[in-house]
Amino acid sequence: MSENYVPSSKFGKWFNDRLPLLTLSKHLTDYPTPKNLNYWWTFGGILTFCLISQIITGIVLGMHYVAHADMAFNSIEHIMRDVNYGWLIRYIHSNGASMFFLAVYIHIFRSLFYGSYKSPREIIWILGMLIYLLMMATAFMGYVLPWGQMSFWGATVITNLFSAIPLVGESITNWLWGGFAVDNPTLTRFFSLHYLFPFLILGLVVLHIWALHVPGNNNPVGIDIKKPSKDTVPFHPYITIKDLFALLVFMIIFSGFIFFAPNILGHSDNYIEANPLVTPKHIVPEWYLLPFYAILRSVPDKLGGVILLFASIFILIALPWLDSSKVRSAIFRPVYKIFFWILVIDVLALGYVGAMPAEGLYLLVARVATIYYFAHFLIILPILSRIEKTEPVPLSITEPVLGGMPKTEMIRSDKKNV
Amino acid sequence: MDKPEKKNNRRDFLFTASYTIGAVGLGATIWPLIDQMNPDSSVKALSTTEVDISQIQPGKSITVLWRGKPVFIKRRTSEEISEAQSVSLDELPHPEKDQDRAKKPEWLVMLGICTHLGCVPLSDKGEYNGWFCPCHGSHYDTSGRIRKGPAPTNMEVPKYTFIDDNTIKIG
Amino acid sequence: MCNTQTKSRTIFLSLIFLLFAFNQAQSEEKIKPLEVDWTFKGITGKFDRASLQRGYQVYTEVCASCHSMNLLSYRNLGEKGGPEFSVDQVKAIAANFEVEDGPNDEGDMFTRPARPSDKFVSPYPNVQAATAANGGAYPPDMSVLVKARKGGSDYIYSVLMGYEEPPQGLELDDGVYYNKYMDGQKIKMSNPLSEGIVSYSDGTNATVSQMAKDVTTFLTWSAEPHLETRHKLGLKVIIFLIIFTILVYLSMRRLWSRIDSEK
Repeated sequence: MSENYVPSSKFGKWFNDRLPLLTLSKHLTDYPTPKNLNYWWTFGGILTFCLISQIITGIVLGMHYVAHADMAFNSIEHIMRDVNYGWLIRYIHSNGASMFFLAVYIHIFRSLFYGSYKSPREIIWILGMLIYLLMMATAFMGYVLPWGQMSFWGATVITNLFSAIPLVGESITNWLWGGFAVDNPTLTRFFSLHYLFPFLILGLVVLHIWALHVPGNNNPVGIDIKKPSKDTVPFHPYITIKDLFALLVFMIIFSGFIFFAPNILGHSDNYIEANPLVTPKHIVPEWYLLPFYAILRSVPDKLGGVILLFASIFILIALPWLDSSKVRSAIFRPVYKIFFWILVIDVLALGYVGAMPAEGLYLLVARVATIYYFAHFLIILPILSRIEKTEPVPLSITEPVLGGMPKTEMIRSDKKNV
Repeated sequence: MDKPEKKNNRRDFLFTASYTIGAVGLGATIWPLIDQMNPDSSVKALSTTEVDISQIQPGKSITVLWRGKPVFIKRRTSEEISEAQSVSLDELPHPEKDQDRAKKPEWLVMLGICTHLGCVPLSDKGEYNGWFCPCHGSHYDTSGRIRKGPAPTNMEVPKYTFIDDNTIKIG
Repeated sequence: MCNTQTKSRTIFLSLIFLLFAFNQAQSEEKIKPLEVDWTFKGITGKFDRASLQRGYQVYTEVCASCHSMNLLSYRNLGEKGGPEFSVDQVKAIAANFEVEDGPNDEGDMFTRPARPSDKFVSPYPNVQAATAANGGAYPPDMSVLVKARKGGSDYIYSVLMGYEEPPQGLELDDGVYYNKYMDGQKIKMSNPLSEGIVSYSDGTNATVSQMAKDVTTFLTWSAEPHLETRHKLGLKVIIFLIIFTILVYLSMRRLWSRIDSEK
């Protein structure tokens, strides 16, 4: 085991006794990983890539960007036009945010499907939710920096959420703005925090991985496995190469956006410089925040909408205790599986109506979907986890019981074994 | 025996190729991140400055900004010119003829930056009636050549042309 | 099992589809803009050099009297991937314009002929002056106009082509014109183009649609000056990634064959 690792070289031993970096790297390479992980498990690696890529391109952009209400818009265009490869770096950063969220949503739904948030992995899940919250804050503040129309009005709308708080609402918004409306002081503080938050995320990611390495990975079958054993492989090279392969496929899609449709996920109004006198016709957040936007708008009461918006995120933190089923993977939970897919459709529907005007049928759909969203977590899951009749769970990955096969590759390899 | 060896070769080839391609990709990715710090196209476009010199009296000099650096343009008096031209090259730490430094003897155009550590020297000072750098005591003569002190070379002459008698284009 | 996989794949694809659908769905509310087969469309798209040069002519002779382009410099006209005027042409173009410089040694501002490094000269000193001179409607800066409008190049072209007699019963205020493709069908700019308003130096017949096409091409370039480099680099990057992915895939198969075959 890596804990008792002794480096072979004399210097290595000397160094490792003082700072056990080599033990750590040995632990990371040897880390026993379930061998039946499917491609939904590669998004952890992909997300790490996204974070690093955003930090590097962000630092580069920070070298050229000017955080001032009069100059921000032009400095972005300066990056796009004059800075060597500036257009490339900026498009990587702006599309990178979208790719980051795409990956994080897959990662979260993976966890929901396979029950990765359940004991003993509650802390991993909570850390993940905190990361997600910080990501949303970071992305929101980053979107303000180009100081286009959507930046400005997005900032205005979101910061105004806090004005719903009784008594102190106005003081809080004024405090957030550093003035009586979104203006230069708001921009400069958003820039400062947008630069800071990714490093907080990085710190939480380290904790997230640390917490993961205590119980080890969940797996598609969702059972506890002995480590190391026939059921596991060393992280390197088996998982690293699989992660790399998935990352490369992800990068091909990413490159497609960067080089051939760099503005498709953005909004054209953001190429108009911020104007405090004119609001764009439709204010829409970036696509990854649309479901929450729909929840906000589905409530006719200002404070109620804000409360529901925040509740929709914080409810996820309580998830490990709302779902008390002992069986983790949805593969052995036939009813939960159905509700899982309904939830996916529900969230997609929320995202769709979030992009539409809040009227007529759209509003109705938004309300129904919002109610269902909360019902899923607060009513369906607690009841279902008590009454659902689950299917038999295999004893180990290598000796699955009937019907417990999560992955076609596994079927193939086992046929060979027979 | 034959078969596994072949397999092994193919594996080695695959792994080597993957590593190589990966290294190439990494290198290609790093270049834009380095190049973005080089002068950008708006900075490069400012590389020439035109200066009107019609108002400068003999013995006086002006300082203009070119690429963010000071450029001295001095209209030298005949004494200063003869002083600069009469010095024997053996006396100079960095031998350069005055004729090679000034296209027209009357006009001396040079970067006003001490070649020691980049300070701006003071004009009409020092032991050689030229420039004196207050930072670490370098003395330059009327041709901007280093005569005494820690500076290693003469002050640099930038690329310049006379557009007409009254206008110099630097860069 | 297999069923789950197919299902999840379908969901994943429909998610991506929805992302695109947002953009589509919103533009369908309006009248569909005219579609032009632009040379810069597609993954190998390039600008038509001659069209860019003509487009610049239309801009200076027609649009520039009201619309600024303050993100562009004259040097951009000579840069690769743009209209690619020669160095001397760019200098000559710049020299046509007077820019304010200074202060000089006496502390006064003065004007001098523009240099390639100068920004395009704006028709008005500031937004307020531009608004006042145009009946209260600010003629937007055109540097990134194509990216700032939903529908992009097609939309700009359509608006230029969309001037018509208003339908019966539609009352228009003074200084407001009917335009089929404009958002809301009302526009405060009178029809800027008319047959032969520009006489092209390369002899091309200056029809309205020709001018609209040329100036739209020019504006597309000005909004995205590195479009050609982007397309070229993108193709290289993606081909590289595909090769790398295949190699890694094969290596992975090789590595995992040990695990898959062990009992």
